[in-house]
Amino acid sequence: MSATPVLALRGVSKRFGAVQALTDVELEVHAGEVVALVGDNGAGKSTLVKTIAGVHPIDEGAIEWEGKPVQINKPNDAQNLGIATVYQDLALCDNIDVVGNLFLGREIKRRGILDEVEMERRARELLTTLSIRIPSVRIPIASLSGGQRQTVAIARSMLGEPQLVILDEPTAALGVEQTAQVLDLIERLRERGHAVILISHNMADVKAVADKVAVLRLGRNNGVFEVKTTSQEEIISAITGATENAVTRRAARTNGEVSK
Amino acid sequence: MSIDKTSETPKDAPAVANSEAAAAAVTAVDPRLLVREQGLAGYVGEFKRKMRAGELGSLPVIVGLIAICVIFQSLNSAFLSAQNLSNITITMVGTGMISVGIVFVLLLGEIDLSVGSVSGAASALAAVSAVNQGWPEWAAVLVAVAAGAVIGAAHGFFFAVLGAPAFAVTLAGLLFWLGFMLQVLGANGTINLNSDGLIGQLTTYFFSDVAAAYGLAAVVVAVFFATSFLGSRRREAAGIPSRPLSETALRTALLAVVAFAAAYMYNQYKGLPLATVIFLAFLVFTDFVLRRTAYGRKVFALGGNVEASRRAGINVTAIRISVFAISGFFAAVGGLFLASKIASANQSAGTGDLLMNAIAAAVIGGTSLFGGRGRTWNALLGVMVIVSIQYGLQLESIAEPVKYMITAGVLLTTVVIDSITRKTQKTAGRA
Repeated sequence: MSATPVLALRGVSKRFGAVQALTDVELEVHAGEVVALVGDNGAGKSTLVKTIAGVHPIDEGAIEWEGKPVQINKPNDAQNLGIATVYQDLALCDNIDVVGNLFLGREIKRRGILDEVEMERRARELLTTLSIRIPSVRIPIASLSGGQRQTVAIARSMLGEPQLVILDEPTAALGVEQTAQVLDLIERLRERGHAVILISHNMADVKAVADKVAVLRLGRNNGVFEVKTTSQEEIISAITGATENAVTRRAARTNGEVSK
Repeated sequence: MSIDKTSETPKDAPAVANSEAAAAAVTAVDPRLLVREQGLAGYVGEFKRKMRAGELGSLPVIVGLIAICVIFQSLNSAFLSAQNLSNITITMVGTGMISVGIVFVLLLGEIDLSVGSVSGAASALAAVSAVNQGWPEWAAVLVAVAAGAVIGAAHGFFFAVLGAPAFAVTLAGLLFWLGFMLQVLGANGTINLNSDGLIGQLTTYFFSDVAAAYGLAAVVVAVFFATSFLGSRRREAAGIPSRPLSETALRTALLAVVAFAAAYMYNQYKGLPLATVIFLAFLVFTDFVLRRTAYGRKVFALGGNVEASRRAGINVTAIRISVFAISGFFAAVGGLFLASKIASANQSAGTGDLLMNAIAAAVIGGTSLFGGRGRTWNALLGVMVIVSIQYGLQLESIAEPVKYMITAGVLLTTVVIDSITRKTQKTAGRA
């Protein structure tokens, strides 16, 4: 693992009108490292990812790419740096086949005509390197299962050889076997030296593949943990707030009512 | 965040390892892979599988066309005469051209209701330029098709940039361009075209040399075989699955039978019609654009998932405007052929059942109403069905009301077949 992080966020803040979505958030991701980004609903995970992906420019703070400060104001800026994002809704076209989807928007052309042969050859090569198995590269996406679609979406983000891949809830709504496939794929991304940010609600997935867990709570950092040396309970309590959980809240409320 | 999920962790970790091992074991031959047997046996197997899965493609239309031929021929032996078939293929070009534009719009999952009026407006513009203004006919034709494209682009602007529903925008277009046509035609209402001029010749010129029709058929078959064969060779060289030679040969043979039968039929009457040549050229060109260029891929992508297309960096607005411009262009071209057929531009041009026939042709041919599925060849097959029925009923001197009802029945049948096969496809996981 290199000393300089591929991506570093320094004191990033983001505000939507009256809502302070992110406050002074710090995050570092190194090459060949999977960082899980966890937090309760509304903790700011998606907002943070969108600031990195260039969907929402940051208000305050700095983003460093390989140690150098950069501006990410548009999705294109992020793509040009080498950041690929796989969103929760997969952004695949159901009616187009696997090859067409993989190369959508960056078709390979020969004398102005789509070079289907070259695209199919490269698609097969890519899917083989990532050990992705799908029935055929020439069937429409509609015929694939949820897990297969997710692997195609991730494979598609790999075409531009990005240094950082952001996966937004890749295993949500997947079955056991399909989840396993996607987790395998994430490990392969790490082996190939990509930096990965994984947003997940599923602690089992996080424990299985992540190296570090960054916890967000109410738009602020609430600790970064080494997965190997941290128990699940510690992470959970960081997510929910160590002293605050459903039980203590109810207790506090009852006490409040009593004191009235 | 649900806390009870965490209790699964100890069980889950070995599960991951197990599935990995299982996955490694099946790497060699995954039973789910759709590996096709090589050779003709594989082709037949693939065909059977597609039939079971409801991927009927153009088969229902072709079966329908054969049924139409059998029925009308048994009623009146003039139906399959060279003269009648030649007339059918010339008459269908006007509506067919409009239908090609409709296929583009349907691929986006949108609809263009203005094509009938736009075709009428374009023919009026051409007639006024050529007859009243005395411009050369080629200039009048250029003005008409350019106007069609600009009108379509304007519809596209309101839809793509201002976000008005295409249905409403083109409905307004339907009325506006109808009014525009009546205005342009003026008090007289009808402008007769010179039947020996360029526009007049569109539907009356025949390549009477016997060699023309056979020559075209031979060229088409040869080019088809060469491209299929070379394509397969390239795929083989790249080490990816390719079509076996026997399949290429079978497809070429089928095409050859159809092409030479058509050529023989034309030569029995007046020869190869110019209208048919132009129509085929447009069909080949548009099919190529849709399936072999990046532009066509973008059109299909928009029909599949607009958001995905936007994220893939496709200029959604530009593609939408261009598709409506294409629709307007083909409406104008179709209008010229329709005007040529009656050698005049009159007030009833582009009205009546023209719009419905153009849309029905695209749908009957197999273009999905929901976007993302279809080919421009669908327009040819669909319009063939519609015009054949019209001619067949005419031979039986069946009155206009019954014609409408029968055409409606055919359209409904097609849509029902489409819906049923779509259901089958869903259960086969292929919708």
